[in-house]
Formats: sequence, C-alpha cells, structure tokens
Amino acid sequence: MKQQRELPKDPIVRDLVLKARRQQLTRRTLLAGTGGAAALAALAACSTGSDEPNGNTGLTPAEDLSDTQKTITWANWTLYLDEDDDANHPSLDQFVEKTGISVDYKEDIDGNNTFFAKIRDQLLLGQDTGYDTFCLTDWMVSRLVRGGLVQDLNAANIPNKKNLVDDLANPDFDPGRNKSIPWQGGFAGVAWNTEALPQGIKSLEDIWKPELKGKVTVLDELRDTIGLILMAQGVNISSNWGDNEFANAIDYLQQKVADNWVRRITGNSYTEDLERGDAIVSFAWSGDITMMNYELGYDKYAFALPDSGGTLWTDTFSVPMGSPHKKNVETMINHYYEPEVAAEVALWVNYITPVLGAKEFALEMDEEVAENQLIFPSDETLSQAHIFRSLTDEEDSRYNEQFQKIVLGA
Amino acid sequence: MAFAAFSTNAAPVEAAPKKRSWIAPFLLLPGLAYLSLFFLVPLIALLLTSFQATEFGPLGKEFVYAFQWENYVQAINEYMPHIGRSFFYSITATIFALLIGYPLAYLMGVTLRDFPMWKSLVLMLVIAPFFFSFLLRALAWKQLFADSGPVVGVLNMLGLFGPGDYLNGTDFSVIFGLTYTFIPFMTLPIYTSLDRLDIRYLEAAGDLYGKPATNFWKVTIPLSMPGIVSGTLLTFIPASGDYINASNMFLGSPSTAMIGNVIESNYLITQNFPIAAALSIALMAVILVAVSIYIRRSGTEDLL
Repeated sequence: MKQQRELPKDPIVRDLVLKARRQQLTRRTLLAGTGGAAALAALAACSTGSDEPNGNTGLTPAEDLSDTQKTITWANWTLYLDEDDDANHPSLDQFVEKTGISVDYKEDIDGNNTFFAKIRDQLLLGQDTGYDTFCLTDWMVSRLVRGGLVQDLNAANIPNKKNLVDDLANPDFDPGRNKSIPWQGGFAGVAWNTEALPQGIKSLEDIWKPELKGKVTVLDELRDTIGLILMAQGVNISSNWGDNEFANAIDYLQQKVADNWVRRITGNSYTEDLERGDAIVSFAWSGDITMMNYELGYDKYAFALPDSGGTLWTDTFSVPMGSPHKKNVETMINHYYEPEVAAEVALWVNYITPVLGAKEFALEMDEEVAENQLIFPSDETLSQAHIFRSLTDEEDSRYNEQFQKIVLGA
Repeated sequence: MAFAAFSTNAAPVEAAPKKRSWIAPFLLLPGLAYLSLFFLVPLIALLLTSFQATEFGPLGKEFVYAFQWENYVQAINEYMPHIGRSFFYSITATIFALLIGYPLAYLMGVTLRDFPMWKSLVLMLVIAPFFFSFLLRALAWKQLFADSGPVVGVLNMLGLFGPGDYLNGTDFSVIFGLTYTFIPFMTLPIYTSLDRLDIRYLEAAGDLYGKPATNFWKVTIPLSMPGIVSGTLLTFIPASGDYINASNMFLGSPSTAMIGNVIESNYLITQNFPIAAALSIALMAVILVAVSIYIRRSGTEDLL
C-alpha cells in the first residue's frame, strides 16, 4: 500500500486533492465489480456526476451559485401556500417582484416517507435532488440534520429570524435553528360531521360507539394516529415512553381495524371520506377542517383536540447539501418571516404560523379568522397539544413496520 | 373460389431464399436497446436488490449486496394472505370481465358484422373509458359507491342494506373496480378474433344438424380461443399487480390490501427495498408459472 501524502495547507487545494482521492476510490470500486454488477455500477455511475462523496458521511455543501442563478425550486405539501382564484401565489409573486428570484413552487410532498424515498439516493450522495428546499415535518428534518444531509443556514441572510417564536427556536435536533427553520405548524386531533353527530367527540372512547362502526378513518402518519392513541392511554408522548407503551397503542388500533370500526387509514384524502359520508369521524389535521368549512360557507365539520390531548407538529424548511441556491432560499425564508407576509399565508392555509407579530396583522385583515384557536392558538390551547418524542432510526423503522402492517390489514 | 374457405389452412407459401441483409438487425436495434436498458437492466437491479441485506448506518437503513435468500422466505411468509387475496381478486375479476366482455365482442364481431355504423358505435363505447384518466374513473366509482351515494341509497330502499352496511372499501368494490378497469382489455382481443371468424363454418355446422348452442361451444368458442387467451392474460396479469383499486385512497381499505399495495408500502414507506424487490420477483415468478400452465391447458402454445 502506498503511503498517503500529507494534505496541502491551502483550503482550496486541499479540497481539490480530497475530491481527486475520492474519485480514485470510486474508480477502484468500479473495477472491483464483476459481470452484470459492474455494468450496473457503471450505469449508476453515469448518473452520479463528478462530485463523488466518500460514503454517507462527510458531505460538503454544493457551491452556492445564487448570485448568478436567480432561481429556487421549492417542494411543499398541497394547499400550503396562499393562492388566488387564478392559481397564483400572491405572497410568492411579491417576493419574485421584489428580488428578481424566480421560484418554481411544487406541491410534490404527499408524505414524509414517500418524499424521502423519492429523493433518497441523491440526498445521501449530496447531489442535487432537484429541490433547493422542502418543508418536511420536524421529525424527518431531525433525521436529515442528524445525518448531515442539509446545509448550514447563514443567519446574516435571514435577519427576520428574530421573529421566530421562542417555543420553536431550540429543538433538540437543531439548537439555535442553524440548519432548519419552521414553515407552518398544526394540530392533529379529531374531526366529525356535526350533522350526523351533533353531540360531538370529547374523548377517543366516544368514537367506538355502535352507530359509528365503519364510519371512522385514521391518519396514515404514525406519529399522529399512534400519538392520539398513546395519549388516550395516559402516556405523555413527549416523555421517554418505550416499546411496551407502543405495543399497547398498536394493539388498540389493530383491534379497531380488525373489527372494521376503522374503515380507512389515509393521508389528506380523509377530507373526501368525510364529504362523501363514508366517514363521520376522522383523525384529522386542524387546517383541513377550517378549509372545508370555509369552502362550504358554514361550519358543517368540527375539530377538537380530545380531552387526553392532541399532537403538535411543525413543517420545516431545510436546504439539501446538493442545492446550489442556498442564499436564494435564505432570502425567501426572510421574506416569509415578515410578520405581514406570514399573516397573509396563515389566513389562507389555516395552520399555525411560527412568526411573531403575525397575529396583529392578521387581526387587521380578518378578525374572525385571526381569533380561531386552531390558527392563532392561545397558551391554553397549546398546553393541550404535545410533540411526539424523537425516535431513534431503529425505533422509527421498527414502529413504522408495525404500523404499516395494520395499514395493510395484516 | 370454392377453395377460398380453406385458404387459412393451406400450406404456407414456400419461404423465399434467405437474403443476408443488414437492414433487419439495424431496424431492430432501437427496440433491443430500449428493452435492455428499460427492462433487462432494471430487472437485474431488482434481482440484486432482492438479495440485499439491511444494516443500520448513521442515516438509518442501508442496503449492502449479499446473498440473503431468506428475504424471499420472510416476504412470502409475512404476506401470504395478501398474495392469496391478490389472486382471488384478479381471478374473480378476470372471470367477470370475460362474462361481460365476450358477449360485447360477439355483438361487435358477429351480430353487427353487416351494420358497420352500429359496430363502430359499440366499439367506440368500449374504448370510450380510455379517454378519461384511470385514476379519475376509480375516484368516480368511489363517489358512486359512497355511503350517501346513489348505489347504497337504492340498496337501502330495497331493504337489501341495513344502516351498518356499505360498499366502499369492501371486497366487492375492489373486485368491481378491477373488473371495470379491465373490460376493454378483455373485449378487444376477443373482438379481433371473432371479427375474423368465417360465418360459413357456422352455416356448415348448422347444415350438419348442430343446435345453435352446440355450434357455439364446438365452433365459435374454439375459433375465438386465441382472443380469449390473450384477453384473459391482459386482464389477469395487470390485475394481480394492481395497487390503485385496492388502495385506501380509492376503492379499498386495510382489509383489501393486495400484493401491489404491500410492495408500494415496502418501497415508499418502510423502505424495505429488499423485501419489496423479493415480493416483486416472487409475484412475477408465480404469474409466469400460472400463465404457462394456463397456455398449455388451453392448447394455444402455438400462438406464442
């Protein structure tokens, strides 16, 4: 084995040498493969570009081309940005006009796991995923941060970061919010059709009445559905509960699905089940219900946190290592942390904004909506909602498998 | 002219002496390249993935190349009910599609043979669903089968359904969705073989004192067998792997999950790539065996 020479001092040269060494390594691994495997590896290598990383750790951010390329590709969940009748996004158009940075806004996220699965290969290699930023839920973002898959954000480019609410400023996975910054938050609780069920739902036990058999849907997000059940079983979901508590919650859900009490386990499409009458009660996300009532013009559906408590989640911006437009993204985040812009978005999407001072602007724009506890919750409402504790990768995988078995009716 | 009726059975014309030409292989090239790049390579990748071992790295699950054949045992053991359910659904749907598709094809190919306008009209109706997105049609059925929808309403009125009964998310709705989706795939191949059916065979059978029913079973069915075989295959194979109709978002529920849903969930949600790959390969193998037995039994090997 040849002795590796000492690395040069100059940081740029040093980086070049390191890159060259990594290239050599990948060539060697290529040669090591045989037959079909080699051909496959060659094919895979075609797509990996020149910036080959060594394994999964030690990724470096892509060179920031923001000064020359004034573009951003932003992935988000559906109905998660203000929209006018012509399907334009006024708050985004404002930003484009002000800065000259064009934004390709894509409603491409339909689940944290599915989105991660789609970009996984590029993400783990530190290559361009096609997105400069995305708003995944905080538990998924914590995994990205832990894995070193996202870039450090430059606070100097986001002066409005001072408007971030204190509660969300120091999560355990990213104290000081150096790599992530919240977009919107919300509750998971229980929604019901008030015409079919005027007495409403107070606790989870109210759901399992004979007349509601087969008329219930639950969410396909493990943390929301299992979180609500755990709380009904008296577990504090933020505390350090373990496998036994989880097994109890899974058994509970399994029983309800096996008894056909729960008809479906879905993502956002539970809103259609409620509208269609297939469901009378659903585990639901707060903003959806406000939106459905708004479209109907009256309060047909009600949403509440069960008396045992609801879950609280936050969807959060992060910039993957492969994105060459970090500064553009930071400029955009800064725009959305203007309280007035945040108010505009919050009033449309009906979720909780993490921006201080937004409520004052919202009150001026639409007093009734601004008083809605689900959009601008009081401390009392917030005290009823809890954050699902972080799971280790091993727990996440094991729990998810058990949960998916129920989704698949096993 | 008198011999024209036998022309289909006449010995093939002596093949022209083979000319060496570079044009034929050259024209084949794009097709072969397409097949190898988009079928063969992914298939090999899938096969390799199905033997991979899972390890936990700093970023969660990582997969390393190995020869872990236990993946197959685990996948099949764990998801046996789903495999069984998939074939139960797809075979039932194939039978219903045949029962509905054959008369339609007969109508177009035989009954309306002398009325080209009517024939084209029926053909249009069979093809019409393709003008709408497949997903949209599944959602439309979900709407029609809704608890507050027209179908359940009528069943309630007739007293066939009680307050706790419903259609969406049951075996019925999924089999219905599968049948509906694949009716055109069943009808069109049968139609093409019935369209070529020489009516004079039926006339001859009648002249030999065959009853209409006997003629149908002894003449029409055997002559349309190629169409039936390709129609059933075009229905059965994609129906067994279908994951749209049975999914929670469309006509299904947890209790109707098919093998396609299991594979989807293992790929996209739990990210058990080796298990998902093993299931895909196993599904392919089972279908391959089932189909080759079927083709042998139906005596149409020479078609392939």
